Amino acid sequence: MALPAQRCLQVTGANGAGKTTLLRVLAGLLEPESLELHWRGRAVSPRDALYHSDLSYLGHDAALKADLTGIENIRFSVGLRCSRDPAEISAAIARVGAQKFADRLVRTLSAGQRRRIALASLLLSGTGLWLLDEPSTNLDAAGQALIGELISEQLARGGAVIAATHQDLGLVAAARIELELGAQP
Amino acid sequence: MSAPENLPFGVRTGALAAAFKVLNRDLRLAVRRPGQLLQPLAFFAVVTLLFPLGYTPELEKLRAIAPGVLWVGALLASMLALESLFREDAADGTLEQFLICGQPLVGLIAAKTLSHWLLTGLPLTLMAPILGIALGVPVAAMPGILSSLALGSVTLSLIGAVGAGLTLGVRRGGVLLSLLTLPLAVPVLIFGARATELAIAGESLTGPLYLLASLAVLGATLAPLAAAAAVRIGVE
Repeated sequence: MALPAQRCLQVTGANGAGKTTLLRVLAGLLEPESLELHWRGRAVSPRDALYHSDLSYLGHDAALKADLTGIENIRFSVGLRCSRDPAEISAAIARVGAQKFADRLVRTLSAGQRRRIALASLLLSGTGLWLLDEPSTNLDAAGQALIGELISEQLARGGAVIAATHQDLGLVAAARIELELGAQP
Repeated sequence: MSAPENLPFGVRTGALAAAFKVLNRDLRLAVRRPGQLLQPLAFFAVVTLLFPLGYTPELEKLRAIAPGVLWVGALLASMLALESLFREDAADGTLEQFLICGQPLVGLIAAKTLSHWLLTGLPLTLMAPILGIALGVPVAAMPGILSSLALGSVTLSLIGAVGAGLTLGVRRGGVLLSLLTLPLAVPVLIFGARATELAIAGESLTGPLYLLASLAVLGATLAPLAAAAAVRIGVE
C-alpha cells in the first residue's frame, strides 16, 4: 500500500491485532520476515540511516529521563538529530502547552505532562514521517485535541503520519486513510 | 510511500556531536544521583579494608597480597555499576531512540562506555593508592598502581559493555553478566596484578604496562562494535 504526502494513515484494530508491531517494523526496530519499503520514491531498508533521520517514532515509552528536567530531555533527544536554537525550543514547548512545567524534573511530572514533553521533542525533530503509537494515552481532552492539531500541522508542512489510535483525530476526511488490522479482506 | 522534500530540518547533528551529547547527558544524570556513583567506591573500600581485619594486620604479609586484593576489588566494584549501564535506557525507550535517530549506534554506545569508565573506572583508579596505604604499599609504588589501573579499568569497562549489551534481554541478568565478563577480564587481572607487584617491589613495570595498553587498544577497537550489535539484538 502507498501513503501519499500530506496524508495520515490511521491504524486501528483489536488489541493484539499488531498495530504496535506494524509501527515497530516500519521504524526498523523489529526485523520483518519480508518487507519492501519505499520512502520518498526510493527503496530503503528499514535500518537505513537516512530514512531514520527522516523518521520519528513515539512509542509507549517516551524515552524521558526522570532525573532531567523536561527541557533538558527535549534538548537531548532533539540534539541527537539536529540543532535547534532556544527560541524554537521554547516555541515548541508553548505549542504543546508545557511552558509551566518544562523546567521541572520529569520525575515530578504526571503521565500526561510527560507525554506533552515527548510531543515537543517530536515537533522539533523536523522529520517527514511520524510513527505514533497511541499518541493520546494519558492526555486530557485538550491534549487529545492537540494531537489532532499537531498531526494536521505536520500534514500541512508536507509530512506524513502513521498513527495507531482509535481516537477521532479530527482530520478532514480527505487527509485520512484508515487501515483496520485483523479484518478479513 | 513518498513525501515532498521541503520539510523543516534544522542543521543535522554530526555523529561525534551526537556521541558527545550522550556522554554529557550521562555525566549530568550521574551528578544528579551521587548515591549510585559512590556505591562502587564504597564497595571497593570495604572489600579492601576487610583484609587487614580478616587476614592479618602485619604490613609485611599484607604487602604480599596487596596487588591481588586491589585488582580483584577494583574488578568486582567495576562490575557492580555495569548492570545499570544499559538497563535504564532500555527500560524507558531511550535505546530504541538511539537505534532510529539516524546516528551510528557504535558512537553512542562508545560514549556510554566512556561515561562508565569516567564514573567508575577513573574514580576507582584514583582511590586505589589510598587503599594501598592500608595494605602497606610504599608511596613509591603509587604511580605504577595508578597507571596500571587506569589502563586496566578501560579494558574492564569495554569488556563490560559487551556483557551488559548481551544480557539486556535477560531479567535479573546481574549474575549472568558477571559470569560472562569475569573470564574475559582474566588477562587484565593477570597483567595488572603483575604490574602492581613489580611497582611494589620497586622494579620496572614497562612490560605488563605495554600489555595492558595493548589490551585496552584491542578492546577500544572491537568492543564498541560488539556492544552495539548486542544492544541491537537486545532491544528487538
